[in-house]
Amino acid sequence: MSLLIGALTIGLILSLLALGVLLSFRIFAFPDITAEGSLTLGAAVAATLLTHGWSPLAATAAGLVAGTVYGTATGALHTRFGINGLLAGILVMTALYSVNLHIMGRSNIPLMGAATLTTQADAVGRRLLGGVESVHLWGWEVSSRDLSVLLCSAAGIALAGAILYWFFRTNLGTAMRATGDNDQMIRALGVNHGTMITLGLAVSNGLIALAGALLAQYQGFADVQMGIGMVVWGLASVIIGEALVGTRQLGFAIAGAVMGSVLFRLLVAIALRWGLNPNDLKLITAVFVFLALILPGLLEKLQTRRGRAHA
Amino acid sequence: MLEMRGVRKTFHAGTPNEVRSLAGVDLNVEAASFVVVIGTNGSGKSTLLNAVAGTFPLDQGSIQLDGADIGKWPEYRRARWIGRVFQNPFSGTAPGLSIAENLSLAARRGRPRGLGWALEAGLRGQMRDVVSRLHMGLEDRLDNPIGTLSGGQRQALTLLMATWLQPKLLLLDEHTAALDPKSADQVIRLSEEIVERDHLTTLMVTHSMHQSATLGDRLIMMHRGRVIYDFHGAEKRRLRPEDLLARFEEVRRAEQLDEGAAEMLRRVYV
Repeated sequence: MSLLIGALTIGLILSLLALGVLLSFRIFAFPDITAEGSLTLGAAVAATLLTHGWSPLAATAAGLVAGTVYGTATGALHTRFGINGLLAGILVMTALYSVNLHIMGRSNIPLMGAATLTTQADAVGRRLLGGVESVHLWGWEVSSRDLSVLLCSAAGIALAGAILYWFFRTNLGTAMRATGDNDQMIRALGVNHGTMITLGLAVSNGLIALAGALLAQYQGFADVQMGIGMVVWGLASVIIGEALVGTRQLGFAIAGAVMGSVLFRLLVAIALRWGLNPNDLKLITAVFVFLALILPGLLEKLQTRRGRAHA
Repeated sequence: MLEMRGVRKTFHAGTPNEVRSLAGVDLNVEAASFVVVIGTNGSGKSTLLNAVAGTFPLDQGSIQLDGADIGKWPEYRRARWIGRVFQNPFSGTAPGLSIAENLSLAARRGRPRGLGWALEAGLRGQMRDVVSRLHMGLEDRLDNPIGTLSGGQRQALTLLMATWLQPKLLLLDEHTAALDPKSADQVIRLSEEIVERDHLTTLMVTHSMHQSATLGDRLIMMHRGRVIYDFHGAEKRRLRPEDLLARFEEVRRAEQLDEGAAEMLRRVYV
């Protein structure tokens, strides 16, 4: 049971990553690799500040802000200097590796004993549950700590999703979505599309850094390697979400990304439990995304061929 | 209203694909004038409109709109004053956004976009009103993605969007060329109605001899990046499609003569 709750919690935290990827890859069709660096950046900034005694909320917010700064950097490289989007992301991601090491001062920061959002959630939960160590849930024994962290994560993600939905429905957010949809049109309507892309990448990387900051506090450490493979991870979540609820409506797309992230994490947890070698995890994720990308095209081809055979 | 002086633009300069699209255009368009632009393929009609809209930087020349020197402004800044409808009916709208969202983008053309709710109730009411005047039944489908509409419907909406906030200049770039005859007719009538109602200064590129003869109060013909004919007032009103075709024929003959002469010179001297 604690395995299930752990998987749900990490899935929820990483749904912020999925939302960031949804924004860059799906809304802008911008292959933003910066995410790999900014996830670690959020974790690095938050963990370092926590060990310096910052309040968890402030440290987490600082991680988010750091992410927006580097998202802006990628956007500026692309829109001001005309560097290919993929390359701009790779440049910033590579630079971030050094930046992250400098922030952390070493390759791993443990958060044992530090006050984090996790310990705060635990405290809140304990107070609400009347100070018990564990509760019985449908016949399972669940540690009250795990449960309160899960519920707080769910509340936080719901809030983040709602804010994102609201943002996308404002004048600014609508212009941002239109920029990804038809940039010729949006320029003809007086929008600086370079600014929109830069702003969008800032928001996207802010979300991803927030995911990193929360993940570090949940795991109890920040590691300079923790961002590796995260873009593909986020993409897999988005693709699963699209398969679950479709892409047609904004609210569905956001909810789908969150659901996709949780479901994907659950599948991974189950596979690991069944004895999947953790070293194969990234390979399998990549193959999964590859299949998800080519399958629609293959199915279509198959159908037209079948149609022709019938005709 | 619009003043172009010595506007030149060469694409792919210095390569084998060099195209001299605008070879020194001087054009003065008065306020509330409806100018029809015609010309052969590659004569620079669309390039002329794009030069005004700011799609590319000019090689030379200046463009003034209502007294402001806009020649060096980026495209998005000029959009505050310029409304545009493109040839491709899919270019003017964002397919994934709803009709209402597309219109809300147009309702803030060239204005700052903040964190206000895009589809506020007052604007929605206004949208229903304006869209119902198209008689396409779209007022009940405001929340449908615009990508599900036909080209004609999308072009009609693009026209509404371009003129939602009254522009100082309206640019119509062969905006009915890609439509079926019935939709083309609808969109042209709508264009005429809006231009007349708001007294819009308009530049319209067209391939249709019928449109060029019946619409507008001035007609210019372009050839090889220059304005070669310019008909105003009564002269424009007298023009018939046959007259225009005759002018095209004239241009074609002059061209052949040029080529013939060049060939002769080459034979003699090379």
